[in-house]
Amino acid sequence: MSTRQDDDTPRTEKLSWFGTDRTTVLYRGMWIACALLAIADFAFAHHPAFRFEGFPVFYGLFGFIVCFLLVLAAREFRRIVKRDEDYYDR
Amino acid sequence: MIADLPPGLILILGALGVPFVPRWVRRYYLLALPALGLLQLFMLPAGVSAQVEMFGHTLTFLRIDGLSFAFGVVFLIAALLAVIYGWHEEETLQHVAALIYGGAAIGAVFVADLISLFIFWELTAIASVFLIWARRTERAYWAGLRYLVIQIGSGVILLAGVVLHYRVTGSIAFEHLGVVSFATALIFLAFGIKCAFPLLHNWLQDSYPEATVMGTVVLSAFTTKMAVYALARGFAGTDMLIWIGAAMTVFPIFYAIIENDLRRVLAYSLNIQLGFMVTAIGIGTELAINGAVAHAFTHVLYKALLFMSMGAVLHRLGTVKATELGGLFRSMPLTAGLCIVGTASIAAVPLFSGFVSKSLILASIAAEGQWLPWLMLLVASAGVVPYTAYKVPYTAFFAKDSGKRCKEAPTGMLLAMTVTAALCIGIGLWPAGLYPLLPYPVDYQPYTVSHVVTQLQLLMFSALAVAVLMRNRLFPQNAAATNLDTDWLYRRMCPALLKFLGNIVRQMHLRALLRAQVRLVRFIETIYRHHGPQGALARTWPAGSTVLWVAILLCVTLIFYYV
Repeated sequence: MSTRQDDDTPRTEKLSWFGTDRTTVLYRGMWIACALLAIADFAFAHHPAFRFEGFPVFYGLFGFIVCFLLVLAAREFRRIVKRDEDYYDR
Repeated sequence: MIADLPPGLILILGALGVPFVPRWVRRYYLLALPALGLLQLFMLPAGVSAQVEMFGHTLTFLRIDGLSFAFGVVFLIAALLAVIYGWHEEETLQHVAALIYGGAAIGAVFVADLISLFIFWELTAIASVFLIWARRTERAYWAGLRYLVIQIGSGVILLAGVVLHYRVTGSIAFEHLGVVSFATALIFLAFGIKCAFPLLHNWLQDSYPEATVMGTVVLSAFTTKMAVYALARGFAGTDMLIWIGAAMTVFPIFYAIIENDLRRVLAYSLNIQLGFMVTAIGIGTELAINGAVAHAFTHVLYKALLFMSMGAVLHRLGTVKATELGGLFRSMPLTAGLCIVGTASIAAVPLFSGFVSKSLILASIAAEGQWLPWLMLLVASAGVVPYTAYKVPYTAFFAKDSGKRCKEAPTGMLLAMTVTAALCIGIGLWPAGLYPLLPYPVDYQPYTVSHVVTQLQLLMFSALAVAVLMRNRLFPQNAAATNLDTDWLYRRMCPALLKFLGNIVRQMHLRALLRAQVRLVRFIETIYRHHGPQGALARTWPAGSTVLWVAILLCVTLIFYYV
């Protein structure tokens, strides 16, 4: 299943993991791990210090959104600050 | 006197003897110095000692309390690890510089007056620059000069602050100061420069990646954490620090994500971690100060570990550029594994050291109800996945295979990294071992179900976000580039401005010179016209005309006489 997925997505950058291309396995594993952690969120009592912290799966959603936006922002930021590698040596 | 010899002085004085020690015992001698320092520190009694009368003041070189003790211990451990890490390094200069530098930082932590603080403050700057220059490249030379100017500048500002403070209060005691006067504001600024406050930060990312393999490891431990200590001592509870620290945790993330030099990525990430400590110092409660000290302690270790692993790569391959690395786990599996331990620690994965210390800081901020700084620190806690975990171990050791093959790191490096990694895991597994070193009693349990699960959520979902971005080719590709930071101001803008102003002055000077020349020439021409060979005044007059003139004058005189 995963191998077929690999072939079906040639546009994905090939990432080698321990020598073999297991990106998709890893990728799905991450989705599953996140799903499990999200479910686990309901299994115990929270002691939120702030009201927003009590929102379901607050930490997970926060982490996902923040990282997504940070990386995209960094992409845009690069347009402004990027110069040639030897910029200061010239 | 030997009984209360400050541990820092053992390193400094010992370092001066290094060149005279035979080569075959040198390594053991180097190892013995921080070990002796550590032993001495544990033997010294708490309280104030080692006082010297100088310049009409009492200088106190030893003040052992909760705050200074923790920093002293971790600095001595860092010095010890640096010696092991540099086991392969034959060059004596680096070892001497590292020991004097470490000794000065340790000395600064234990002093109880501002004059001795200034002395050690400057000594760290002077000793450490040799770790950059020892790289012996043109880039390193200039980076070292810039570093030195800024570090010495910080010392000069500190001195100015101390002198003013003494004039106002008559005291040189290094106690809680607070930003209450111009003098203490200067001291605050001096600390802020070394602590890499936002906009004062760029000396760090400019110089550390240019230092030698061993140099960067040593540099990463001392200067900034000495400043953190100084802030905790002098400015705990200063509200401004909360916002300065929170800003420090967020803005370098963007640079860290797009930077290509992996040691520079780590330098930005170091800056972010300093932000956690600065915020906690700004909060200033007992829990927060404990958090800041605990985080400084764990941070020195895991950051050293990360720099050590990248240093090993640099040592073997001569480059740490993300664009030139990848797939190195085949060649350096142990280094890769140890680097992952460092990453897990900085990312505050449960069971690793960062988890224990970072949670103290976040808890202390939450306890004060400061929701915005808390959220900013949480942003940095999530952002660690793209800016360190993805950037450093993943790009270097996994990712796309670069085809580069090399030997595993030298034994000394591996040993140092293993010990550091063991400490990172040890603190993570057994936080109760770290807590007695902290300045205040700790009543905090990091390992609760809720805390562990929420932290894992934060990191796992962050990793998922990075994975989603990568699969959709949205993650910024590594690219060989220079990213402009505030160093542009003094490396490009100021020189350009000076050149521009210089040009204007030169133009004006040239024009003035030209005009003066023209006038001079005209003046000379006028004189020549009148007095030259053809000039009216230079002509030879016949004797008859003179007689005629005399006669005319005589007539005029006669006429006037009768009138």
